[in-house]
Amino acid sequence: MRLVLEKRERRLKRMSLLIPLFSFILSLLIGAIVLAASKADPIQAYVAMAKGAFGNARRFQYTLVEALPLLICGLSVGIAFRLRFWNIGAEGQFVWGAIGVTWVIQFWTFLPDPLLLPAGILVGMIAGALWAGIPGVLKAYWAVDETLTTLMLNYVAIGVAEYLYIKAWKAPKGILGTPEFPEFTQLSQVWGKVHSGVFIALALVVVLWFLLYKTTWGFELNMIGKNPVAARYQGVSIEKSIVIALLISGAIAGLAGSLNTVAITHRLTRGVNAGYGFTGIIIAWMSNLNPFASIIVAIVMASLTTGADALQIAMKLPESMGAVLQGLVLIPLLAGSVFHDYHLKLIREEE
Amino acid sequence: METRERIPVVSMQHITKHFPGVLANDDVSLELYAGEVLALLGENGAGKSTLMNMLVGLYRPDSGSISIRGEVQHIRSPQDSMALGIGMVHQEFMLVGNMSVLENIILGLKDLPVVPDVATIRKKITELSDTYGLQVDPDAIIHNLSVGEQQRVEILKLVYRGAEILILDEPTAVLTPGESRDLNRIIKKMLSQGKSAIFITHKMDEVIEFSHKVQVLRRGKSVNVIDTASVTPRDLANMMVGRDVLFTLDRCAFNPGEPRLRLSHVSVENPLGSRPYLNDISLSIRRGEILGIAGVAGNGQTQLTEVITGLLKASEGSIEIDGKNVTKCTPLQIIQTGVSHIPADRGAMGVVGDMSVGDNLAMKKYRTHELSTGPVVKRSRLRLFADKLIQSFIIKTPNQDTAVKFLSGGNIQKTILAREIDSCGGILIAVYPSRGLDVGATEAVRQNLIAQRDAGSAVLLVSEELDELQMVADTIAVLFEGRIMGIRKVSETNTEELGMMMAGVGGDA
Ligand SMILES: Nc1ncnc2c1ncn2[C@@H]1O[C@H](COP(=O)(O)OP(=O)(O)OP(=O)(O)O)[C@@H](O)[C@H]1O
Ligand SMILES: [Mg+2]
Repeated sequence: MRLVLEKRERRLKRMSLLIPLFSFILSLLIGAIVLAASKADPIQAYVAMAKGAFGNARRFQYTLVEALPLLICGLSVGIAFRLRFWNIGAEGQFVWGAIGVTWVIQFWTFLPDPLLLPAGILVGMIAGALWAGIPGVLKAYWAVDETLTTLMLNYVAIGVAEYLYIKAWKAPKGILGTPEFPEFTQLSQVWGKVHSGVFIALALVVVLWFLLYKTTWGFELNMIGKNPVAARYQGVSIEKSIVIALLISGAIAGLAGSLNTVAITHRLTRGVNAGYGFTGIIIAWMSNLNPFASIIVAIVMASLTTGADALQIAMKLPESMGAVLQGLVLIPLLAGSVFHDYHLKLIREEE
Repeated sequence: METRERIPVVSMQHITKHFPGVLANDDVSLELYAGEVLALLGENGAGKSTLMNMLVGLYRPDSGSISIRGEVQHIRSPQDSMALGIGMVHQEFMLVGNMSVLENIILGLKDLPVVPDVATIRKKITELSDTYGLQVDPDAIIHNLSVGEQQRVEILKLVYRGAEILILDEPTAVLTPGESRDLNRIIKKMLSQGKSAIFITHKMDEVIEFSHKVQVLRRGKSVNVIDTASVTPRDLANMMVGRDVLFTLDRCAFNPGEPRLRLSHVSVENPLGSRPYLNDISLSIRRGEILGIAGVAGNGQTQLTEVITGLLKASEGSIEIDGKNVTKCTPLQIIQTGVSHIPADRGAMGVVGDMSVGDNLAMKKYRTHELSTGPVVKRSRLRLFADKLIQSFIIKTPNQDTAVKFLSGGNIQKTILAREIDSCGGILIAVYPSRGLDVGATEAVRQNLIAQRDAGSAVLLVSEELDELQMVADTIAVLFEGRIMGIRKVSETNTEELGMMMAGVGGDA
């Protein structure tokens, strides 16, 4: 008898649901082994994590707050990925969003108070858009590889932010970072910790879904992503679409950065590059670039973070255990995608 | 013929295969004997490729059995079939474009060591290419090779792996007549060494020349198996389609109007080679005229069509459509002047395989108000539109939501034709439009081109088959090494003169 991977003759719809589900269960099992090895009761640990993420209203609010920037970054990355443009620069574009909003709120004092917040968010989005536009233009017109440019630009963005909050814009006294924003520029809270950014994010999901699935431009993105040569023969300008898609992608990542700044940190400070942009890549990938699916994926990913915090406190496990468990979830999920196209088959050798 | 019972090398019995919405093979049985060539004929979508794909383990039959050399086998993967000595050249090539010939040949070999002995492999490849006359450079990168050379790599791959049973799925569909003759010579050589073959083709003369037996499939069923010696091309066409096929076409008298498309002294540089792709091309196509472009592939045909459609920029000269200079226009602007384009390579340039048949049919018109309002695509209108085209061009597909890549080769071509002919605004550029089509569909394409002409369109038809050009075109221009050797009225020239010009002899240049 032997076990072989056989190619499926077609992709099955229900598999797109079953495979992630099985992968998730599998990763819980692997995680259980790791937990048991570090002398923790796996069931107890998972209960603690679930409680930590969803246990009560306050915990759930934390999870949602964490999910918001992940969702928005996932949407950002997803647009570029539709074109097979591997934008791994959402992190840097997120940081530029935070810088942009901080700049406006700190220095555009000539604006009437109520305009400061919307102007800040807008400038944050523009900053993110421009930052993504650079690799977009480089790729579209000079065929410069985007994985490298987007990745490197992240470190430039983080460097600029550090310079600003450590030196140039540092508050005269007190902790590291810029002075705290005035109250009227902070995003209001709608349910406990959950801020009104949630409405912006949900609106964005709907708008993007419409843009990608209902408009002529979405149709073109689909063509370019799946066969750029054929798209060109149909008169689609690939260069233009890449640049526009990157501007939008960057603007959305910038939106995530500016929202997080006006809603959570209320200043530009250490931790602005919290990795949301990088996790966004995973979210875009796992949601199969579908905006609605991104909501669920973002909540699951956020619950791993908030759950792991609780794990640390409740079970006295080292801090790194949370990260280990998060990583463990990803491996089966990503590896599982092979089963969309293949299935395992047990073959009895016949005489 | 021997008198005692012979065992077939391949025997497929009562094979049935369903795809969603399609019965691709319906109780088909097939037998191939050693040293024999079996020609497999049938309309586009009849199930020929599907049947062969089951023999090489890409698909599995729903029911039925396969025996090789008298033993029942369960073939589950191409590796299994390779181990049984079966090899297939697919309708759409399966080479990895950015790898070398050598790498492609050893790719997927089961017993390949971790560090292959490249020198020995190269030597073996060279020996085999000498034996069979399959000249290719083992170190060339696939996407730098012509289609004909890629074809040779596919065949080398089979002989390298020691295939004794060859399955050739429309091997000559993409080849020039010259390349086809080479291929035919190679196949004969392999047969003389005791190999057997199943040969799928839509070209009747090849069937007659090569095969010992013919088997005809119609809508998934086997309708006939006969000795080749006892049939004519006309009988075969009749068996495939189930009716008589016309080999002549009706058309209005040639009565051209004013020029719609005019090229004046157009040249296109070749950054890699020594001679330009196009050298001082001047021609014009009038309303109600079909201009045929004759020539051996690789003499500038692709560049000529791309420069007209704006995909390639002319380095010198000018292009006018209806008297307006369009030399610097983008492909979209050119499309909007009414130009349609049926490109040479349907899989790579003509369709987006992963999108649905409906979407592919809409790819020219999605941006017009026929299918969208402002920036919003109107799905309901698009669906009606697609169904209408599927019906009028007789595209065989379960429904319009099926991904195009699941259609048979000929039906993919029909999808492109439907889209381009429907959206044509008076100028139609058709490159090998009947490539891979069955006799019935080829006839329909030619009639469509002529109908476009009769309706007042200007048509540019690139073809490698002189008979096709002589049958369909009004005027023929011969391309050789990027130059036009001469332009002739079809009624005032003959095959000899055209053939000479295609070889670079004579003409006006
Ligand atoms: N993987 C697949 N999924 C769904 N349908 C398929 C698939 N492969 C083939 N078909 C369908 O099966 C039928 C037979 O297709 P096949 O490719 O065998 O035709 P063919 O005889 O080779 O035609 P052609 O001469 O055009 O190449 C067609 O209707 C096709 O759409
Ligand atoms: Mg076929």
